[in-house]
Amino acid sequence: MNERAYDVVIIGSGAGGGTVAQELSPLVRDGLRVLVLEQGPRLNDDEFTGREGEMAPALYEDGGGFLTADGTMMLALGRAYGGSTVVYTGTSLPPPERVIERWDVPGLEYPDLLRRSAKHAAADNVHYLEPELINENNRLFVEGCAKAGWQAGQFPVNVKGCRGSSLCNLGCPNAAKQGTNRVQLPAAERAGVEVVTRARALVIEGRSVRVRVAEQMPGEKGLPSEWAPGDYRVHARSIVLAAGAIGSPALLLRSGCGRALPRLGERFTCHPAHVLVAEHARPITNDVGHPKSYYLDRAEEESFVLETCMYFPFTTAKNLTGFGADHSRFMHAFPRLQMILVLACDRAVPGNRVTVDRAGKPVVHYRFTPEVIEALVRATRASARIFFAAGALRVHAPSADPPLLERSEMGRIDERIAARHFKPGKISLSAAHLMGGCGMGRTPADSVTDAWGRVHGIPWLRVADASLFPDALHINPYLTIMALADRVAERIRSEAGELFGVAAA
Amino acid sequence: MRPSSSQPVLDPVRPVFRAIAATVVPEAARLGEAEWSELEGSVEKAVAERPPKMRRQLRLLIRTLELLPVFRYGRRFSRLDAAARRRFLEKIQDSPILLLRRGFWGLRTLVLLGYYTRAAAAGEIGYAADPRGWDAWRERRETHGQEAQP
Repeated sequence: MNERAYDVVIIGSGAGGGTVAQELSPLVRDGLRVLVLEQGPRLNDDEFTGREGEMAPALYEDGGGFLTADGTMMLALGRAYGGSTVVYTGTSLPPPERVIERWDVPGLEYPDLLRRSAKHAAADNVHYLEPELINENNRLFVEGCAKAGWQAGQFPVNVKGCRGSSLCNLGCPNAAKQGTNRVQLPAAERAGVEVVTRARALVIEGRSVRVRVAEQMPGEKGLPSEWAPGDYRVHARSIVLAAGAIGSPALLLRSGCGRALPRLGERFTCHPAHVLVAEHARPITNDVGHPKSYYLDRAEEESFVLETCMYFPFTTAKNLTGFGADHSRFMHAFPRLQMILVLACDRAVPGNRVTVDRAGKPVVHYRFTPEVIEALVRATRASARIFFAAGALRVHAPSADPPLLERSEMGRIDERIAARHFKPGKISLSAAHLMGGCGMGRTPADSVTDAWGRVHGIPWLRVADASLFPDALHINPYLTIMALADRVAERIRSEAGELFGVAAA
Repeated sequence: MRPSSSQPVLDPVRPVFRAIAATVVPEAARLGEAEWSELEGSVEKAVAERPPKMRRQLRLLIRTLELLPVFRYGRRFSRLDAAARRRFLEKIQDSPILLLRRGFWGLRTLVLLGYYTRAAAAGEIGYAADPRGWDAWRERRETHGQEAQP
């Protein structure tokens, strides 16, 4: 077993880990050693080809096909230098005040989160895309919303020099998206923070992490790990978990923390989603331009959010219900397709949680509550109205049987799209906003950490990712994760004397 | 992608897999041997990292789908005509048994993965995303003599 020693070990390099790495880099000037472990690879810029069959296996856990325990929902987890910030669309909204108030975490104040979100939004060039860069897939959504009586909002996005490849979810081929792989991690590395890729944290044993560094296989994308392949014991004076809402609770469970932390793995939420597709009479610009420029926030009123989206051939195909000639006909209409992603604003409920199996592999248990099913049905009906208002000829709705609604059926939307047709195992459900599992709160009886990500009873162990959310956020989580990670790092810096024996930075 | 020491999953069930695949994507019936190899290669790659138990389950599912029609149609799946194959798989897709429904959904997903990640499929359906984004789109528009308007 190889031995290494650091002052701080950060596990994960996404929105949480990347932010902590950059925010702790001043400690390096004080002589402390900071290490980031990332289980995915570090890719060269020219390896981001935008080809679905190549990029999904390289950048996502299980190639994007990580399934919940009953096999009815696919979860998308990024696995690369930069974590999920490599594969998301760059949408950057601050946390909603009503959600943070409802979380009711002592010591977590909305104005503080808002201030930190703004700081990171500025650093990541978050702005509204210029009108001439908005494609028809997005413009039709805005028009359809307006005609249906709603006002769409524009997403601020964290891009710089976006060329409109539409390939954000496969990793930007133009290095335009300002994920942690482009901003925070390079800055941290320049300041002396070390990042080791292809390094999987197996278990935490006291103040050390057992790590397995994987060998790069022939033909595999990315650079070899910075360390030689093999097993390592990495000693640390402080450990920061930022492995995401599945990885962080799973690592703590593997490390035997479940007994002292009875809420570990609980309160998992994920904004379950459908992809809806509609066909227009003429080709529209859809596979060019930023794919997710607008949204409709109905979270407070109807527990759903709609977002524009545009996916790739296989992702589109798997999200269409059914098979055969009807399915193929829709696929062959690709240049005429408009897409909307519908997200249900779920709530933490007993039973929806992360556990580990006997081999230590994470298992996500998720049951669709009647409230979530109703929210998805309402969202699907709203989307159908928007599609038709925008001029679509037909709409593909998973919660309809048969799933195709013709324009002549516009008056029957509520009848045709109904909860009785919501059949997990038949229809495609997915989620990319993975939250909870190490929720913040007051004591071990109701949570895993305090408002600063300190694990109850283990002062040297911190959490800094979406697993901290005590309930769903009801909006894209990127900036909120960064704001929480910023707090975690600040507290570590202020406790540097106690943790590392140096003056507070 | 880690290599797997296991044998290809589809080897013992290839004709049935192809019959199912051509029912899921009717255009697959027109694929040549090289294109089938490409499709099946993507499927094998996708399942190579999955636990051996899951690979066994996939093979078992394909065999089950081959045999189940005997009870309803008196013939194996691969001996049915295209319409009967479609009707049978529609029943499976709507089965009250989650295990069966979910199993077919997974198999369907693998077929779609194999078919639609091929470069030829993108051309076939008119998908033209390009890393150069708007620049490539404008070039295409100019080539076709149309005005460039997002």
